[in-house]
Order: sequence, then C-alpha cells, then structure tokens
Amino acid sequence: MSGDTILEARNLVREYHTKEGMFGKPVVTRALKGISFSLERGKTLAVVGESGCGKSTLARILTLIDPATEGELLIEGEPIDIRKDRLTRELRRKVQIVFQNPYGSLNPRQKVGDVLTEPLKLNTDMNEQQRRDFAMDMLVKVGLGPEHYNRYPHMFSGGQRQRIAIARALVLKPKLLILDEPVSALDLSVQAQILNLLADLQEEFNLTYLFISHDLSVVRYIADKVMVMYFGEVVEYGTRDAVFENPQHDYTKTLFNATPRADVEHIKARLAAAHS
Amino acid sequence: MSDASIDVKAETRLDLLVNFWKHFRTNKGAVIGLYFFIGLILVAVFAPLIAPHSPIEQYRDAFKAPPVWMEGGSWKFILGTDAVGRDILSRIIFGSRYSLFVGVVVVSIALSVGIFLGLLAGTFRGWVDTIIMRIMDVILAFPSLLLALVLVAILGPTLVNAMIAIAIVQQPYYVRLTRASVISEMSREYVMAARVSGVRTPRLMFKTVLPNCMAPLIVQAALSFSTAILDAAALGFLGVGAQPPTPEWGTMLAESREFILNAPWIMAFPGFAILITVVAINLIGDGLRDALDPKLKRS
Repeated sequence: MSGDTILEARNLVREYHTKEGMFGKPVVTRALKGISFSLERGKTLAVVGESGCGKSTLARILTLIDPATEGELLIEGEPIDIRKDRLTRELRRKVQIVFQNPYGSLNPRQKVGDVLTEPLKLNTDMNEQQRRDFAMDMLVKVGLGPEHYNRYPHMFSGGQRQRIAIARALVLKPKLLILDEPVSALDLSVQAQILNLLADLQEEFNLTYLFISHDLSVVRYIADKVMVMYFGEVVEYGTRDAVFENPQHDYTKTLFNATPRADVEHIKARLAAAHS
Repeated sequence: MSDASIDVKAETRLDLLVNFWKHFRTNKGAVIGLYFFIGLILVAVFAPLIAPHSPIEQYRDAFKAPPVWMEGGSWKFILGTDAVGRDILSRIIFGSRYSLFVGVVVVSIALSVGIFLGLLAGTFRGWVDTIIMRIMDVILAFPSLLLALVLVAILGPTLVNAMIAIAIVQQPYYVRLTRASVISEMSREYVMAARVSGVRTPRLMFKTVLPNCMAPLIVQAALSFSTAILDAAALGFLGVGAQPPTPEWGTMLAESREFILNAPWIMAFPGFAILITVVAINLIGDGLRDALDPKLKRS
C-alpha cells in the first residue's frame, strides 16, 4: 500500500518578512528551509526538534492557515496552494489540529456543545438536531459524557479539555490530524490516557497523525516514522526503529543522549565516567 | 435529556451573575453609587409625577425665592426659584432626564463605533491599523473640551450636536482599548483553532474574539458615562449645548451665574446635582472594574 500517500510535502520553504521599526531594513527569517516528506494513510509521523526549529511553522502550513513561501503541498494527491485558491469546505475538513495548551485552545466564552457544533455548522449541511446528536456521540467517543455538553471549558481539568479539543478536531472527520505537542502540558498519568485514546481513535477512524513532540519516550511509543528537525531543516528522516537504533546526524545523537535514562547500566556508566 | 441540559445552562448563567455580585458587593462605595443611580433613573422616568411644578412655568410673584430652610422660603418652592420665577427642584428633576439621555446616547455611539473601528484595526493590522490609529491620535492630540466646542460651533449649538461632538471626542479611548484587547486575544490558540475549523474573519471578529474583550470595555463605558454628563454640562454652561429654557443642569448653571452673590442657591443646586451624579457613576465604574478584572479578584 505504498501508493496510498495522504500528505506529501515537496521542498517547503517559509520566510517571515519583518522590519526593524518603521524605516528599518527589512529582515528575512527563514523558518523552514526546504522540507520534504510524505505520509501514508493510517500511519503516524513524529516530528522532533528543539524550540524554534520550525515545528509550529510547519503545523501552520499543513493546517492551511499560513501559506508556504515556496514549495508544494499535496493532500491526497491534489496540489494545494492557498495563496491562489480559496479554501473549500471539503479541503478544510481534511486536516485538523490539536494544540499543546488545553487551557488556551478552547474559547472561554463558548460552551462545549458550541465548540463541537461550530465546525459542523460552518462546514457541513447538517441541521441543528443532527449536529447536536453527532457532537454528543463524539463526546462519548473521547471519554466524556452527554452531561458535559452544556458546560463551559473552565469547569474541566486539563486532560478533559484536551479530550474536548480532540473531539472538536474529529467532528469534521478529518483524514489527517496534526497533534502539536498534545500531551506535553499534561501530567504523566493523564498523558498515558490521552495517548491511548489517540491510538484507539486512530484505529477507529483510520486516521493519519503528524505528531509534533520533544518528548522522545512519547515518540517511541506512538510513532511509525520519525523526522528530526534542526534550524528549519530535516536532519533525520526514517522509520522509528532506524532512527532510534542508528541515528546518523550529530544533532540526533545529542538529542538522544540528552534524554534521561533510568536503567541500571546507564546509571553505572555515568557514575563511572563521573568518578574517573 | 434536554431538560437536564437546560438546567445546567441556567445554573451557569446564574453562577456568573451571583459571582459578579459577590465581588461587586464588597465595594461599599460602588453599592451606594448604584443605589443612587437607580434612584436617579426612577426620578427621570417618573419626573412628571414627582416634580411639584412644570419646569418651564414662571411664577411672576416669586422671583429668586430662597429655599425652604432660609428666611423667606416657603414649602411651595422647596429649593427656591430662579431669576425668572421657575421652581428649581422641578427643573433639577426634569434635568436628570437630559443628563441620563446624554450619557446613554454618547456612550452607545462611542462604544459601538469604537468597538467596530478597534476590531478592524486589531484584526487586520497593517495599513488599516495605521490609518485608524493615526486618526485617533489626531483626535487625542486636541484638548477634549476644546475639540467638542469647535465641533458644536461647526454643527450648530443644540443638545443633539453636543452629544455627537462628545461621542467623537471620547471615541479614541474605546478604539485603543478594543484594539489592544483584540491584538492580545488574536494570538491565543483558540483563535487559531477557530480558523482551522473554518471560521471566517467577520465571525471570528464578532463572535469569537469580541466577547472575550468586553470586560475592560464595560468599565470604560461606565466611567465615560459620567464624563459625558460632565462634558454636556460644560458645553451647556458655555452656551453651545442645550438651549434655554431646557432644564439641563449645565445650562441652568450658566443662566444663574450672575446671581451667585445675591442668590447663590440658584447656582448651587444644579451644581450639586452634577457633582453627586458624576461621583456616583464613577464609584460604580470603580466597583465594576474591581469585580470584572480577574487580576484583582481575591477568591
């Protein structure tokens, strides 16, 4: 099934043009320096990298919020250029996103029910009753109940809010879900619950994930393929096992070494190194 | 199912209100101000029933009659009469109508136009932002009363024109406040989430972002309500606001200033009316700010 590619990026470049003050010189920041990758249906690609390496810029381009400065983006084989074409409802429905901070990603003045039905209202032809039923179903699927439908976001915990955010992303039945560090703001026990929920949903809806993270243990758990970014460039791209077993680039090696490890061998080796 | 959901909804709305009142109540001054303001509204609404005389009827036998507690005063004219024999109490009661009217109209115009311009500037940034904000800076560069005076001089001296002029003068504060809130809200993740779920810019501006910017605007509206009343009185005093015989408080002050030495009550009572009203509304505004600003909440 190698032909079933859902997302393909060819040489994506993103530049930010800023000026230093009103009469200052224009400054060009290259946030992405030619990124290429492809993603198969039903798989998970993890994007790893430090802060400021262009992960979020990539997420903004893939969710069709910002256009790329150069390069091509193909979703299900169709080239997409939001600089030229107006975004259609069908296209809008294909890619959705879940954000890192569950406290900032829900509108504090919007009830959970409205959070879930607003995308349906704007992108589908369902009537009010259908939207309501569909949103209720989705609430149950992400592990919340119909009784939460009329509550405001401030009444929920971080993990529950992230479930709401996932439900909002899924009501449009997207093909591709961008997960922008979806668990890094949650504590460990809740992280595991959310990751399991994501794995279950991936199976149920045949979803494709692009998982942005800096937590390598999470990446190892969820990813099929791994892409390591460094200053806007891809320095490593391959299957999970290949990247974890045999990292090629210096940065990747440094990154793996920086991960705290708790096994006895590793601690002994470190202590030996410290005492010698 | 639907019954349960309606219950939850009602509860949350009520909770918000109860919570707000709990914070507002701790500020004694604001509560007193609120009671006075409610009293003022009742007086304005029922003015024809409360007032003992017509505000423009002249009693030829009682020019400059002193108030009841001074020598020569009578219960017929409790606060005395002015130089042409009109009952001051009745005029002040009817004058409250004009003051509230001025406050409501000026704040509504300034608030609605200010929110709209501020939203445009904060959402689109770039040249739209530059044009709107530079115009607002120009308005701010003039002393407010002077600018209002010039505008009324151009438009013609009536109460309606005075209100328009005051609304224009107060505009920049609303625009700046809205723009600042919108810019800070626009960078939040829920706005990006709304964009991804297909919310287009107009809906994003009015339905997603605006409700989250309302708290400082409500406070500003309450505070500028009193400024509007004061400015209208000032314009009336200068003779370019409401024209005689309208019982507007500022105009009453202006008419009576030549009698300040031999009949000071004619000038004192409208002055007190302006003073107390403005203080009361400012107290309410302070209370609102404390109750609505999450940073000042102590809970």
